[in-house]
Amino acid sequence: MSFNLAFYSAFFAVLGLVGIVLLGLGAHLYVIFGVVVPYVAVLLFFVGMIYRVVRWGRCPVPFRIPTVCGQQQSLPWIKRTLGDKIESPFTTRWVIVRMLLEVLCFRSLFRNLSVSLDKEGPKLSYFSNKWLWLWAITFHYSFLVVLLRHLRFFTQPVPGFVHFLDSIDSFFEIGLPQIQISGIILLIAVTFLLIRRITNPQVRYISLPSDYFPLFLIIGIAFSGILMRYWYKVDVVAVKELALSLVHLNPQVPKGIGWIFYVHLFLVCVLFAYFPFSKLVHMAGIFLSPTRNLPNNSRYVRHINPWNPVVKVHTYEEYEEEFREKMKEAGLPLEKE
Amino acid sequence: MAELPKPKELVDSIDYTPPAKPWMETRPEFKPGTYGYGVKAKNLKIMGFPNQRDFFPSEEDWKLPENWKEIFLEGMEDRLNRFRSFRLFMDICVRCGACADKCHYFIGGGDPKNMPVLRAELLRSIYKKYFTWPGKILGKLAGARELTYDVFKEIWYYMYQCSECRRCSVFCPYGIDTCEITMMGRELMNLLGCNLNWIGEPVANCYRTGNHLGIEPQGIVSIFEFLCDELADITGVKVDIKAHLNRKGADILFIVPSGSYFADPGTYTMEGEFLFLDYLEKKYGLKWTMSTYASEGGNFGLFTSNEAMKRLNAKMYAEAKRLGVKWILGGECGHMWRVIHQYMATMNGPADFLEVPRNPITGTVFEHAKETKMVHICEFTADLIRHGKLPLDPSRNDHWVVTYHDSCNPSRGMGLLEEPRYIIKNVCNNFYEMPENTIREKTFCCGSGAGLGSEENIITRMRGGLPRANAVKYVHEKYGVNVLCCICAIDRASFPPLLSYWVPGVDCCGIHELVGNALVLPEEERGIRQRKMDLRGNPLKGFEDEMEEE
Repeated sequence: MSFNLAFYSAFFAVLGLVGIVLLGLGAHLYVIFGVVVPYVAVLLFFVGMIYRVVRWGRCPVPFRIPTVCGQQQSLPWIKRTLGDKIESPFTTRWVIVRMLLEVLCFRSLFRNLSVSLDKEGPKLSYFSNKWLWLWAITFHYSFLVVLLRHLRFFTQPVPGFVHFLDSIDSFFEIGLPQIQISGIILLIAVTFLLIRRITNPQVRYISLPSDYFPLFLIIGIAFSGILMRYWYKVDVVAVKELALSLVHLNPQVPKGIGWIFYVHLFLVCVLFAYFPFSKLVHMAGIFLSPTRNLPNNSRYVRHINPWNPVVKVHTYEEYEEEFREKMKEAGLPLEKE
Repeated sequence: MAELPKPKELVDSIDYTPPAKPWMETRPEFKPGTYGYGVKAKNLKIMGFPNQRDFFPSEEDWKLPENWKEIFLEGMEDRLNRFRSFRLFMDICVRCGACADKCHYFIGGGDPKNMPVLRAELLRSIYKKYFTWPGKILGKLAGARELTYDVFKEIWYYMYQCSECRRCSVFCPYGIDTCEITMMGRELMNLLGCNLNWIGEPVANCYRTGNHLGIEPQGIVSIFEFLCDELADITGVKVDIKAHLNRKGADILFIVPSGSYFADPGTYTMEGEFLFLDYLEKKYGLKWTMSTYASEGGNFGLFTSNEAMKRLNAKMYAEAKRLGVKWILGGECGHMWRVIHQYMATMNGPADFLEVPRNPITGTVFEHAKETKMVHICEFTADLIRHGKLPLDPSRNDHWVVTYHDSCNPSRGMGLLEEPRYIIKNVCNNFYEMPENTIREKTFCCGSGAGLGSEENIITRMRGGLPRANAVKYVHEKYGVNVLCCICAIDRASFPPLLSYWVPGVDCCGIHELVGNALVLPEEERGIRQRKMDLRGNPLKGFEDEMEEE
C-alpha cells in the first residue's frame, strides 16, 4: 500500500470521527454520545479482549520454544549471571522475572541495535539504538498515568493514589490550572512515534492504515484533552456527574458540558472499541508469547503436546530387511541372520 | 549455475532504501543464484508426501493440484488452531520495525521482504483476508490481500530465504519468532509438494538409510575405516571402528550429523571425536557405540514439517533402546540440537528405558538432561576437562588463531554458550572473540541454514553470510585469526566457500578437531611417540621443517 493511502486514510478517518461528533452534537444527540457510545465501547472492549485471550488460550502450545538469550543451566560449575538466569530461565520463577522485565521495562526493545554498512572495506557496524525504546516506554507509562488520573472522574471519594499521582504530575506547579506533565509527555511521545514511522524508510514502507490510525486517534485524544484542560474549559463538575452516573448505571446527561468534551470522549470510546480488533491487542498477547513465557528446561522436564501426532516411522527391522546382505558383507551385527 | 558476482559488486548492490512501489505490488524475480531447486518426485514418494511430481520453481507452472488454494487455506486454519505461536504472532505484531535490520539476509541484500516483519506480513496479509473480519471487510486497507498464484510463489520465495535462525526474535518486544512463521509457511508449502530438493532429498534419504546423505551401512563402514586409517597415520592410534558400530550393551550411543563424516573440514572433527572416544575407552573403560541406522544427528524434517521432524527423530530413541545403551551423546551440529533440546522429549519421549545421563568417568550426573537423556558432546568434554581427565597440550593448536562462532540453534535454541568456550580455552592458546553484537544470543547465521545451503542458491548464501563473515574479517585483521571454530555441520559445510569469498585466509573447524589435536595420548605422555601433525596432516608449530624433509 502506498504511503499516501495508508497515512491519509487513517488521518481522515480520525478527522471523520471528530466530524461525526460535531454533527451529532448539532443534532443534540447528547444521550447517544454521552451514554450509548461509552457503554457500547466499554462492552466491546471487554467482550473483545476476553474473546481474544480465550481464542489464544484455546490454541495449544505444542512445543516449548523459548528464545534463549543467555547461558543454559547445565553443569553446576558453569557460571550463570543474573542476566542468564533471567533470559535463559530454568524455572517458572525466573520466567516470571523475565516476563516482568519484558512487560514493565520492554527488555527486548532495550536491546535494539542499528546496523550501518560502510561499503569500503566492507565494514558492518552495530550500535545501540534506544530511541524507540525510550519513546515507546515513555508513551506507555505516560498513557498509564493519564488513564489512572482519570479515575478521579469515576470515583467518589477519589482514592488516595489518584491524588498522589495528581500531585506528582503537577510537580512543577506552573500555570493555572496547574500543568500536568503526563498529558504533555504523552502527546510528545506519540508524536515522536508518528514521526519515526514516517521518516524511517523501512518502517514507513511496512506501515498500514492500522498503524497510523491508533497514533492519530491517540494524538486526537491527548490534544483534545489538553485543549479542554487549558483552553476551552468545560464544566468539570458536570463531567464528573456524567461519569459517576455512568458508573452507577443510572446515566444522566447534565446540560452545558462543552463540545470539546464530547470530541474527547468519543475518540476515547473509539479507541476502546477498536482495541480488541487491532494490533493493540499486543497488550494482552505478550503474556502468552511462547518464546518468552516458557522456561528453557526442555531436556529436564518433558513438555506435553496435546495433539502429538502418530507418525509412520522407518523401523530398524525394515532397515535391516533392506540392507541385510550388505550389512552382513560389511561385518555388521544383525538381528536376524 | 548462477554467476557469482565479485564481493565488491555484491556489496555495491546492497541498497537499504525500499523501492518506490508498495510491497503488495512487487513480485520477486526468480533469478538464478537466489533460490534452491525444487524437490524431486522420488523423494516425495519415499515420504508419502502430497503432490508427487518433479517441482521446478523456475517454471511458470508449478503443477499444483486444482484445489491448491483450498488446501493452503485449510492448512493455514488447521495450524492457526494447533499452534498458539502462529495465531498469536499473526495477531500482535505492531510493525515497530525493531526486527528490520536484524536479519542477515536483509543486511546482506537489502530486499525489504527479507525484513522479518515483512516476511511475516506476506502470510499475515493472507491471514487477515481469510480469517479476520476487518480484513474481510476492509481488504487492502486492513493490510489484507487475496491469495493468488503469484502471491503463493512470493510466499514460497521468502519462506526459503529465511534460515530460521531466530535472531529477530531476540529483539522483538513481543518475542515474535519469524522461525515459527517460516516453519508454518514451509508446512503449507509441503502440503502442495513445494519443498526444496536440498531439504526433500536429505529427508527421504534419512528416512530410508538413516542419514541425510543416503549412505548405506556398508558405506558408513568404509568411510569410518578410511577416517580411522588417516587417524592412525597421524597419531599412531588404530581405532577399531567396526567393533563400535551397531554394538549392543555399550554405555553410550554416539550420534553425529552425517556432515561430520562426509566431507572436510567436518571429517577432522569426526577424527577428533574418534580419537577422543577411543582414548576414553582405553583409559577409562567407557563403552561407546555408533549406529548405521541412527546415523544422522541432523534433522531436515525440522525444515519440512513437525511430523517429518518427528518421523526422522524417532530413530534416535528406537536405536538407543534396541542397542540397550544407558544414554545418548550428541555430536556437534546446530539444528540437531534445536530438535533434541526443544522438541525430542515432547515428540518421541518419554525415554524411560534410558538412564539419567551420568558420566562414568567423573561421576557427574547431567541433571539438566534427565528427561531427554541426551547430552551434548561439549557438555561431556567440558566436564571431563574440568575434572582433569583429559591431558591436553594446547600448544599443539598454536598454528591456529581461533575465534568462535555461536551457531544459531545451540545459542538461541539452547543456551550452549560457555561450554564450548571453556573447551576452546583449554585446548588452544590463541582465542579471540568476535564483536559482542555478533556473538552469543546475537550471533549471525552462516547464511546457509535451514536447508538453504545448496550450490544453486549461492548468491543468497553469500549475501546472508556477509554479517558473519564481516565479523570474522574484523578479528582476522585485528588479531590475525585464521580459523573459525564452530559446533555445527552446516556451518562447516558452508563456511569454507563463504569465508573464501569474503575473508580469504580463514579456515573453519569443529571444536573436537582442536580437542583431538591437543589430546595427549598415553604413548605421547610416556614419550614413546611424538605428534608432529595436526588432524589435517599439516605440521604442528615447530615441526614445519621436519615435515618438509620427509
